[in-house]
Amino acid sequence: MATHPQQNLYSQLEHLQTKYVGTGHPDISRHDWCTNMARDSIATYLGHRSLLTLFATVEGESNGRIRYHLLEKLHSPYGQSEEPVLSKKERLTQW
Amino acid sequence: MSKPDQLVNGKGTEFGKLGSFDTHIYDTEEPENYVSEIPPDNLASDSEEDSPKASPPRSRFGPSKEFLEEAAEAEIEEDEDPFKDTRRKSIVERENEYQSKARSRGVLSRDILRVEDSYVSQMKSRLEEEKGTTIYEKQGKMEENHNKGQLSSCSNVSSSSVGLKRQRWDEDGTISIENSKAANSLSVSRWDQTPLDIPSGGQRRSRWDQTPDVAALSGLKDQKTPLWTPSIQGMETPRLYDPAMTPEVYNQVRWQKEMEERNRPFSNEELDELLPKEGYEILQPPPNYIPIRTPARKLVSTPTSDSASGYRIPNESVVQKTSIGAAPKTPEELEGVMIKPEDYEYFSKIFSGEDESELPLEEQKERRIMTLLLKIKNGTPPIRKSALRMITERAREFGPGPLFNQILPLLMSPTLEDQERHLLVKVIDRVLFKLDDAVRPYVHKILVVIEPLLIDEDYYARVEGREIISNLAKAAGLATMIATMRPDIDNPDEYVRNTTSRAFAVVASALGIPALLPFLRAVCRSRKSWQARHTGMKIVQQIAILMGCAVLPHLRSLVEIIEDGLLDEQTKIRTICALAIGALAEASSPYGIEAFDSVLKPLWKGIRQHKGKTLAAFLKAIGFIIPLMDAEYASYYTKEVMPVIIREFQSPDDEMKKIVLKVVKQCIACDGVEASYVKTEIIPEFFRCFWVRRMALDRRNYRQLVDSTVEIAKKVGAAEVIIRLIDDLKDESEPYRRMVMETIENIVNAMGTSEIDLKLEERLVDGLLYAFQEQTGVDDGTVILSGMGTIINALGLRAKSYLPQIAGIIKWRLNNKSAKVRQQAADLIFHIAPVMKKCREESLLSHLGLVLFEYLGEEYPDVLGSILGGLIGIVNVIGMENMNPPISELLPRLTPILKNRHEKVQENCIDLVGRIADRGAQYVSSREWMRICFELLELLKAPKKAIRRATVNTFGYIAKAIGPQDVLATLLNNLKVQERQQRVCTTVAIAIVAETCGPFTVIPALMNEYRTPELNVQNGVLKSMSFLFEYVGEMGKDYVYAVTPLLVDALIDRDLVHRQTASTTVGHIALGVAGLGCEDAVTHLLNHVWPNIFETSPHVINAVMFAIQGCQVCLGPGLILYYSLQGLFHPARKVREVYWKIYNNLYIYAQDSLTAFYPRIEIDSDQKGNYCRPELDLVL
Repeated sequence: MATHPQQNLYSQLEHLQTKYVGTGHPDISRHDWCTNMARDSIATYLGHRSLLTLFATVEGESNGRIRYHLLEKLHSPYGQSEEPVLSKKERLTQW
Repeated sequence: MSKPDQLVNGKGTEFGKLGSFDTHIYDTEEPENYVSEIPPDNLASDSEEDSPKASPPRSRFGPSKEFLEEAAEAEIEEDEDPFKDTRRKSIVERENEYQSKARSRGVLSRDILRVEDSYVSQMKSRLEEEKGTTIYEKQGKMEENHNKGQLSSCSNVSSSSVGLKRQRWDEDGTISIENSKAANSLSVSRWDQTPLDIPSGGQRRSRWDQTPDVAALSGLKDQKTPLWTPSIQGMETPRLYDPAMTPEVYNQVRWQKEMEERNRPFSNEELDELLPKEGYEILQPPPNYIPIRTPARKLVSTPTSDSASGYRIPNESVVQKTSIGAAPKTPEELEGVMIKPEDYEYFSKIFSGEDESELPLEEQKERRIMTLLLKIKNGTPPIRKSALRMITERAREFGPGPLFNQILPLLMSPTLEDQERHLLVKVIDRVLFKLDDAVRPYVHKILVVIEPLLIDEDYYARVEGREIISNLAKAAGLATMIATMRPDIDNPDEYVRNTTSRAFAVVASALGIPALLPFLRAVCRSRKSWQARHTGMKIVQQIAILMGCAVLPHLRSLVEIIEDGLLDEQTKIRTICALAIGALAEASSPYGIEAFDSVLKPLWKGIRQHKGKTLAAFLKAIGFIIPLMDAEYASYYTKEVMPVIIREFQSPDDEMKKIVLKVVKQCIACDGVEASYVKTEIIPEFFRCFWVRRMALDRRNYRQLVDSTVEIAKKVGAAEVIIRLIDDLKDESEPYRRMVMETIENIVNAMGTSEIDLKLEERLVDGLLYAFQEQTGVDDGTVILSGMGTIINALGLRAKSYLPQIAGIIKWRLNNKSAKVRQQAADLIFHIAPVMKKCREESLLSHLGLVLFEYLGEEYPDVLGSILGGLIGIVNVIGMENMNPPISELLPRLTPILKNRHEKVQENCIDLVGRIADRGAQYVSSREWMRICFELLELLKAPKKAIRRATVNTFGYIAKAIGPQDVLATLLNNLKVQERQQRVCTTVAIAIVAETCGPFTVIPALMNEYRTPELNVQNGVLKSMSFLFEYVGEMGKDYVYAVTPLLVDALIDRDLVHRQTASTTVGHIALGVAGLGCEDAVTHLLNHVWPNIFETSPHVINAVMFAIQGCQVCLGPGLILYYSLQGLFHPARKVREVYWKIYNNLYIYAQDSLTAFYPRIEIDSDQKGNYCRPELDLVL
């Protein structure tokens, strides 16, 4: 498939992927990965109004409060990691 | 003078007396003393001293001196490179004189860079000196001093900052706040003074433009990196660096060496081997024998390296080795890297053959970098890539010093070629990203090397240069950039200032204009040196050019900064200021007129005061500002400026002409300028001054004049202008006629022909025909031809009465002896065929068709191509059924022409055949079509893509017309050929046949063909399938189950290409059948694709990733997530890498939908490890 337009894209895939927040890498810790998953989940809940309404109905709370709680949780769903946190740059130099 | 007077003066000759003519030539001495013979050596006769009184004795025989000299010259010429013109030029050779200044600018010899090595230690010692005194303490002291009334000259920047009233560009905010507290001042602010070369540590006066004292600034908490570069002298005009050897000399030496190496005399051992042992005797050379040496060759073989910069002891043993021709031993690591002779000098250390492990660490590092650079510079792509990755990854470990010490001198090397420079620049880019703020001490060195790229003639070099400088600015920060480039701003060398201003513009675009504004303000108001002001304005101009409409938010401040320049006493400043304003107005168009309010007055006043270049610049600025105004103002200001413009119509200066033409265009395009004004005031002078033959000769004048005239026509009406130009169509100068023709064509294109009355129309067509017939065909004649086509087409029905005449001319010219004339006639048929149809001249058309048909025997390929083009034009408008000659006669005539190898013939012929196959296939027997099929296979070899594409499409039409079986058989057979391009095209053709006739007609035969035990055929079949499923899309759902076993077989084949092509096919199938209920088959295929994820060949892995992505669309992201979860935390790193790549890809495409599929991780019951996501468990 020499003519495929995506060919170049694939060859730089890894480089491209690191541009996005939430992507992983081979040395990711469990904490970081789980945090990413939790954040994505919360973002989805917040983005889909029907899901939010479902949670609110089940918990017997108002939509707004559920939304607020989720937003609060978004920052650090599972608290800080005990492992030393490496910045992206340090990670790159470690490789 | 009257006759008697002459006699009195003694200058005339009296009758019967001896004349005394030419006494200034002949002395009055006796004629016996004159030289009576001509010397034989005419060279000697030139100088009077040499001219002998008598003929010299013939002391020597043989060739005369001239012959010897000529022979010697010829000998030198022989050494010249005969391929010099064809060889690709290196960057140095390409540069003009101005650009080559870059080399005299940067001394980047390694010794000088070494100074930077001690940067850290220098910093330390400085810090120690100042130990214990923070900036605040110092300020305290200063205040005390001040209170005592001591107004002494201050000795460092921090103290100067205390003294000044204004906040300045080079200060950190914190200082200035402190300043205002300690608001006691030196009365004079000397912020615009040029820095002097006072050695650091010496007594210095306080100035804004000094680079801040590191000791002072290092005390600040947020100013982590020092703003100070160790040697200020080093940043200014560095010493001269002369290129060691020009590339020609290098090549000459290289070839010389190679020839000598090949022609070296036989050694005794070799002779012993060659000659039989018996019957020969070795003789001693006679004692008086001296071998002959050719002096010319001797001269060249001595390397002239470094002759300009004095003798240098050759580096170690390497240079000596190369100079006798034997290349030094290449280290094992560099196997397969091509090494040029000049590299041996730069990289001499790695060829020294020493054992690296014994060297100190620093040197090991240095050699490591050298090796990597050499690999990047000269290696093959894989070697280069891995070396680049390595140098990037270890950039921090190597450190900026050693890296730049190697890279920068290399970049200034005179033998550098484009590709090498590109690669080295790439290295810098990557390394910059890694090193980040550690590059600060090297900013100036890097700039010296990179800035010349900004004025390179190559577009990509300029882009690269911008990219690097912008990255550098981001890494080093604004303060460092300003501090580093500050001294260059008023450098006396214009080259330095020019490149610096461009670099500053890039910095502005990288860090934002607002950050740079205070600095620019200070520079543009510099009292001390006009150069600084000039550069400041140039920066503004460059910012406008570089950033375009992004200047809008800061327009007002930018204009404010430079507006004073219009009234400056320096002419150069006024000029550049006007140019900068023009650039700003151009960039901000059509907004932002408010910002220019303040400059309107000086600009309009200025055009009455200045002349020459300044006036041109002012007019240019005005030309760009007027279009921003609203109608009323535009009208007023145009009337103000017009007298000057009209006066300048007559200017002989080319530059002025261009600007005036442009301004006329810009002014007239404004709403507020009325047609009557243009008609009475501008047009008469305009046509008188500009519509002259001379204007057609210069390309840029020509273009500008055509544009301006078209603009005038838009304002005053087409007829008004055309009537003035029409007679010039019959002018005797051909370039001038072309210019007239192009103008009329553009006018007609823009405004149509409705304004042209009958009389004018007749004159117009008359002129057209004259111009058409008179063209000599010196150029390609496209202007006249397309002008004729456009105008006749625009006339439409009105052209009817002229068509017979035109057709007559065409017919007559088709018979012409000159090929060019015949070609133009045929081309014209293509252009006017639609009009003839519109005018109901079908009989004429079919007559022309017959004429063209008769000329198909044409032997000039260019003409034949045009004749085919004419036929295409006729067929297009007249239709297949009415075509004369009938299609059944035309097509057999075309079949042999398909064999023609000429590109234009091929293209037009395949186009015509394709049209016939598409719309009139029924007129031709299927046997003829099969014959054409075979011819078409040849066309798949064509180098031009358009031809191959047309051919492939034609296969589709033919298959549709005569059924796919025969065509398919032909194509499948063609899969066996050797040539790759042909096979690829064949696979595409098969897929197109499948698309036009339905996949069911093709897939069985294709699958049958896969059984052929031949690699090329099987791959071809797979590739056809890949294209096929790509083209048929969701139609593919009926065939998925049929082809699955075949694909499974291919996916478990040992051959990589099988698996690669099959993977691509799987991807296309999956994309086509998404949502159509074929998930089971696709899952099955995915299971066979998946084991290939660890392939390393780029093509294969690309295909596999594509297949997985296709399956993700078809099967949903959840399934792929579960496939990839197994390897995300695999103990082996290589496995994890691949799986994370897949995961990330999935994540980017389907972040939202993955939420539902994420695994539960709640293994640890203690609080830390419990990563539950409880929300989705909620059930109502």
